[in-house]
Amino acid sequence: MKPLTNRSKTVSNKTMTLMERLYLPAIVKGMAITLRHFFKKKVTIRYPEETRPFSPIYRGLHVLKRDDTGAERCTACGLCAIACPAEAITMDAAERKPGEERLYREEKYASTYEINMLRCIFCGLCEEACPKEAIFLTDRILPSGTTRKSFIWGKDRLVETESNRIDISKRHFYYKDEK
Amino acid sequence: MSQDSRPAPQIGPSPEGVDGQGFFLTTVEKAVGMARKNSLWPLPFATSCCGIEFMATMGSHYDLARFGSERPSFSPRQADLLMVMGTVAKKLGPVLKQVYEQMAEPRWVLAVGACASTGGIFDTYSVLQGIDKVIPVDVYVPGCPPRPEQIIDGLIKIQELVQSEHLGRRNSPEYKALLASYGIE
Repeated sequence: MKPLTNRSKTVSNKTMTLMERLYLPAIVKGMAITLRHFFKKKVTIRYPEETRPFSPIYRGLHVLKRDDTGAERCTACGLCAIACPAEAITMDAAERKPGEERLYREEKYASTYEINMLRCIFCGLCEEACPKEAIFLTDRILPSGTTRKSFIWGKDRLVETESNRIDISKRHFYYKDEK
Repeated sequence: MSQDSRPAPQIGPSPEGVDGQGFFLTTVEKAVGMARKNSLWPLPFATSCCGIEFMATMGSHYDLARFGSERPSFSPRQADLLMVMGTVAKKLGPVLKQVYEQMAEPRWVLAVGACASTGGIFDTYSVLQGIDKVIPVDVYVPGCPPRPEQIIDGLIKIQELVQSEHLGRRNSPEYKALLASYGIE
């Protein structure tokens, strides 16, 4: 009878040959495929001993950068806090005293700057919003913790130290000047 | 058997003890802790995007079975570790609590991702702001979604907690007080 579509397959109801009835040759063929996989290169990356390279624009841990002279770039303008969709950033502003010119770039600086890392979604909108190019998302990943409070990161953990600058050149191709 | 040029995987460190010719002397606590930590059977309570990252962690590139989680079970009666991955709505809170109550001691909870830990970006009327509002949580994994490396890191922290846990902790008054604060018997 004429098939209803042109994609129908005719099922064969021929009797099986001797080799097919034995089943063993088909089993051996299947096992040969499994055996081949024993000698193939394994794709598992044995984290934490081995690591996989991240993409150059991976958005990980934040860093508050200092400029060439060592002064903090952040001026506590609050644009990152407004831009943050998860409302994870909070800050307090303070005025720079006369003796602190080397520490802070402008007269206003952030006396407290906190990011709740458990609320943060690592979107990078704070990095885009910052007018002073102070906050960047680096390719370091954030380790897990046991308490919620330990995830509120203050300035002591976010601002980079002068001796150990965090490299952001991989993310910095958007911006023309400054390192 | 494999023609890898990489070095063979290392066997993890054994607990402290006295070595000898044909025997190894340690405390029951350390031996039980080592046995438990290397065979944590997870219950993947995967709700949203973090669940997909968990699937990537279970795949061959970041094999979670290397850490002993060879058999993820969806029955709480047979699971050790409840991994809550994804946004938990307020409507789902009692369900999650019931799943936790059905697990047998010893049990641990891993909150994966921003939504399970604190509600994440969804600070709204329908989302539970962190699963530790309904069940006690042992380890929080940050990220949105966390990379498989971070989920594995969270599992390693749970393993450290399991190894160092005192055997009588689940019967102690502090633990009972913790459960009572959540309204769990």
